[in-house]
Amino acid sequence: MELHTLWFVLIAVLWIGYFFLEGFDFGIGILTRLLARDRAEKRVLINTIGPVWDGNEVWLLTAGGATFAAFPEWYATLFSGFYVPLLAILICLIIRGVAFEYRSKRPEERWQRNWDAAIFWTSLVPAFLWGVAFGNIVRGVKIDSDFEYVGGLGDLLNPYALLGGLVTLTLFTFHGAVFAALKTVGDIRGRARRLAQRVGLVTAVLALAFLLWTQADKGDGTSLVALVAAAAALVAALVANRAGREGWAFTLSGVTIVAAVAMLFLTLFPNVMPSTLNADWSLTVTNASSSPYTLKIMTWLSVIALPVVLLYQGWTYWVFRKRIGTQHLADSAH
Amino acid sequence: MDLALAPETLARWQFGITTVYHFLFVPLTISLAALTAGLQTAWVRTEKEKYLRATKFWGKLFLINIAMGVVTGIVQEFQFGMNWSDYSRFVGDVFGAPLAFEALIAFFFESTFIGLWIFGWDKLPRKIHLACIWMVAFGTLVSAYFILAANSWMQHPVGYRINEEKGRAELTDFWLVLTQNTTLSQVFHTFSAAFLTGGAFMVGIAAYHLMRRKHISVMRTSLRLGLVTMAVGGLLTAISGDVLGKVMYEQQPMKMAAAEALWDTESPAPFSVFAYGDVDKGHNKVALEIPGLLSFLAHGDFDSPVPGINDTNEALQKQFGPGDYRPVVPVAYWSFRWMIGFGMASFSIALLGLWLTRRKFLLPAALRTGEDEVPHLVLLKKPLGAKLTRMYWLLGLWTMAFPLIANSWGWLFTEMGRQPWVVYGLMQTRHAVSPGVSQAEVITSMSIFTLLYAALAVIEVKLLAKYVKAGPPELTEADLAPPKKIGGDLRDADKPMAFSY
Repeated sequence: MELHTLWFVLIAVLWIGYFFLEGFDFGIGILTRLLARDRAEKRVLINTIGPVWDGNEVWLLTAGGATFAAFPEWYATLFSGFYVPLLAILICLIIRGVAFEYRSKRPEERWQRNWDAAIFWTSLVPAFLWGVAFGNIVRGVKIDSDFEYVGGLGDLLNPYALLGGLVTLTLFTFHGAVFAALKTVGDIRGRARRLAQRVGLVTAVLALAFLLWTQADKGDGTSLVALVAAAAALVAALVANRAGREGWAFTLSGVTIVAAVAMLFLTLFPNVMPSTLNADWSLTVTNASSSPYTLKIMTWLSVIALPVVLLYQGWTYWVFRKRIGTQHLADSAH
Repeated sequence: MDLALAPETLARWQFGITTVYHFLFVPLTISLAALTAGLQTAWVRTEKEKYLRATKFWGKLFLINIAMGVVTGIVQEFQFGMNWSDYSRFVGDVFGAPLAFEALIAFFFESTFIGLWIFGWDKLPRKIHLACIWMVAFGTLVSAYFILAANSWMQHPVGYRINEEKGRAELTDFWLVLTQNTTLSQVFHTFSAAFLTGGAFMVGIAAYHLMRRKHISVMRTSLRLGLVTMAVGGLLTAISGDVLGKVMYEQQPMKMAAAEALWDTESPAPFSVFAYGDVDKGHNKVALEIPGLLSFLAHGDFDSPVPGINDTNEALQKQFGPGDYRPVVPVAYWSFRWMIGFGMASFSIALLGLWLTRRKFLLPAALRTGEDEVPHLVLLKKPLGAKLTRMYWLLGLWTMAFPLIANSWGWLFTEMGRQPWVVYGLMQTRHAVSPGVSQAEVITSMSIFTLLYAALAVIEVKLLAKYVKAGPPELTEADLAPPKKIGGDLRDADKPMAFSY
């Protein structure tokens, strides 16, 4: 495999990792409003992701940094072109991070209520916008011969991309609900499972429509395999969730995300950002990539560092493997 | 084009605002992580409760601070692509690699282990929990190293070639980028300034409590630790500043000439104490100077010539073609002075404090104090009076801000002193902006970031003040009986968590 192809795969892996991990913590953020009945349950939900959300978010920073290093043209076109949606995402991530860390630092109800609202909206908006962004990447946007995005904001809000946004929003909420059922005890656990079932059915309809649309437009044999895998995993996740097999349900909702994002990248290859104006102006793995020397160094780095990262992040999940319920919140703690 | 209307002006303002703001938190994060780790190590080794209380107190302030550092750092990762896409296209092959290294090695490290440390008090055995905060401290240093290597490449590009066909710089020697003298001296200077900053933070808060005679035992230890950190950090900052200055005289003579408002080449060259000049005519109207000192600072002797602004500008015009290669001289001149002035003022306050609070050295036995007493401030043989004592504590409190001011001016100096270049000698800032991003978009994002950052600053400072005033927490039984097993002891499944959001 050529190095730039390998790096296309690695960038895909980083995004998949990001959506798998931050997917459920976005979901938890959304569920603080949909699932929690009182203040204590909100705190239980937030505490399920407390030790890990920050590490999950680094997958995004790494995807960004690795794209910069491996495909500078892609990085430049994508982030200058999708300026406004990206700005919205950044603002959300800034507020969201502070919200998690500061929420419990004062006991006043009003203080916590404000941060709770922040957590809900700043989880919901990026969960939607990432789908819009990836919908547009796959569909192609107006890119000129200098690799500059020449469309407007309105061009990004097309039906296909908006559907993509709804898919990530519902899929992440489903993933989060399944995670909540896996990580909590008490009354909230059963309700999480029931909510997951309802959200999961909506997700299935939307995701199937979006992936079939993608397949019809851009698909080939391999993308069809990924599509089938995603669909099968989602159905299986619903079955497992219904049966109360929470570990399986979470694994399978994760597999759904992996397969669906993989499918998007498979339909994209060998482009990284297709141009709708002229196929010759599309950014590809070849014309957007860095020099072989840089890619070689980056390859060594990831071969060594990525497994180590997976190891210690995995260990974190093991350390915090216990379920959390309202009884674990100290009365005095706030 | 008039600079005020140039397309790069807004993007530069945005970069300046977001980066200076981000760097208020970075040096505190770097130093407080290590200082907290040091205090926790003292607790694990000695089992003295004051160390655990100090760890919890400073750890809390550290967490309030790092949260802001982390979220404002996200913007930095994407800002190059958003506002500086032509820069990203030109340098990505070189500049992207250290950023990717930073994310993959340092960010994962910091974020994962900070989660383990925050939530791990009742989930991890004591020594493993301690290791987590050291990992965080290590991560912050690695992170700073890589980003400084990237910045050093902008100051002094090495280990690359220009690919004419693709119109970009390409990496040829990554090791050189990581180890060139610009990188090493910038890292040395930034790290030591970070510890000066964290030391001053500790001293300021300890002085506040000691002035009010509260939390004496913890604050006495903290004062000592802070003063020593400040003194060592301040000394190393001065030494590394001298090293970095000499490197810059070689690599960017224009920046250093502007720092001194030295218009014409002189030998020996004087060090300017005060100057008021006429930029258009290229000379100073008023100048107060120390003869020969600049030659010494630049080259280590008192008579070597130091090139002036006008001559350097002519030399650069010959090398790179017609144009004005001067930075904004008053900004370079004054930022350089504010950086040194505030940095060295805090260093002096630390030295004074170490002398005043000395424990035994040249101190009459009657004035020595125990662990639970506020130390006497002794200048010679007698303690200072109540008024002077209070003044020193207030001075200590105010010095918290000095290194933060010095750091900000330091970055303004080194970045604005490099202008008109974004990558010295290779790419000018006006060619670096995103051609497809409208002024309206940049104005929007700049306004939003500025307002959001201002609001967050108010929230952060209020929160810090609340926890500073509250003082170190009382310890609970759970604090003193950490778990023996990873994941927490299983005896009591319904026991409340030691920490929850």
